[in-house]
Amino acid sequence: MCTTCGCSSDDAVVTDPGRPARVLAGDHPHGHDQGGHHHHDAEPATRTLVLEQAVLAKNDVLAEANRTWFRGRQILALNLMSSPGAGKTTLLERTITDLSAELDLAVVEGDQETLLDAERIRATGCKVVQINTGAGCHLDADMVARGLQVLEPPARSIVLIENVGNLVCPALFDLGERARIVIMSVTEGQDKPLKYPQMFRAADLMILNKIDLAPYVSFDPERCITYARQVNPKLDVISLSATRGDGLDRWYDWLREGAGDLLPRG
Amino acid sequence: MHELAITESVISAVSEKVGDRRVQRVTLAVGRLSGVVADSVHFYFDLCSEGTPLEGAKLEIIDIPGRACCRECGNEVELVDMIALCTCGSADLEILGGEDLTIKEVEVAV
Repeated sequence: MCTTCGCSSDDAVVTDPGRPARVLAGDHPHGHDQGGHHHHDAEPATRTLVLEQAVLAKNDVLAEANRTWFRGRQILALNLMSSPGAGKTTLLERTITDLSAELDLAVVEGDQETLLDAERIRATGCKVVQINTGAGCHLDADMVARGLQVLEPPARSIVLIENVGNLVCPALFDLGERARIVIMSVTEGQDKPLKYPQMFRAADLMILNKIDLAPYVSFDPERCITYARQVNPKLDVISLSATRGDGLDRWYDWLREGAGDLLPRG
Repeated sequence: MHELAITESVISAVSEKVGDRRVQRVTLAVGRLSGVVADSVHFYFDLCSEGTPLEGAKLEIIDIPGRACCRECGNEVELVDMIALCTCGSADLEILGGEDLTIKEVEVAV
């Protein structure tokens, strides 16, 4: 594993599904020239260096660079997070199908392995890049920066970043996004917001997906929303069904509003 | 599980600062609301520091309690975790402290 630049074990691999055989990034120069072992004898004299440095300072700097990059191109970047199977990719497919005539969309797909999700997105005709994190359980700002170089999203577009399915780690890593969206589905436990408070506190919007299945499962949407707002009183909530279409209008309005906010006023 | 990446970040940041000086001790501040489990960082530290200037160093973690101000009644409350209520019953809390995830200092051989 790379302890020099902090990139995840086995290096994340960025792939354009249109050109799957080519590894487009992941081999950025590291300059590990300070490696090697140290064989000093234990010396009694020591000195204390005060650092007062955020542990994730490096990621935060890279995330800020991404944010500046997005801002310069008036791109709305959204970080979509959920547990595996909540319906992130299905929601993206549906959103692209319904809005591609109106909004310019591009997708960054994050998964540990495979190009399956990127291929699903590509089938809709949308620009997409796949980041495979290998052993990594989340996307970080550096991976996204490398993904963007390959994706080349157009100015004034919306970049939807689908994070690795995981309700824990992605919450800690700023990618430079404008807003964070946590997607939950009614087939999960309604107490998820209490069990994974970090994620729900970090989010700006919660999408409650598969709402059409609510009558068939013991899931109380109101209670789930109450739990989520207990952790994050400012959380926006949209209930929808990405397959049947309920509630999608509100989600689309939310996207239109976010994209409109980035355009010059007047 | 993100503690692995967190620990790698600590080692990378400290290595950059100390050059080839040997590190004897690293002190971190980890807040109760940071989402990071101190025990896991301890677990990964020895594994990840191997072959770096931090190999064999002592890891000290200062536990920072969570603090919040209630937006309803104005009381200041201590938070043991993120699912907290003020004594007045409100969940609308402004976090004042406990989100720390900071490298405080390192002790190096001279």
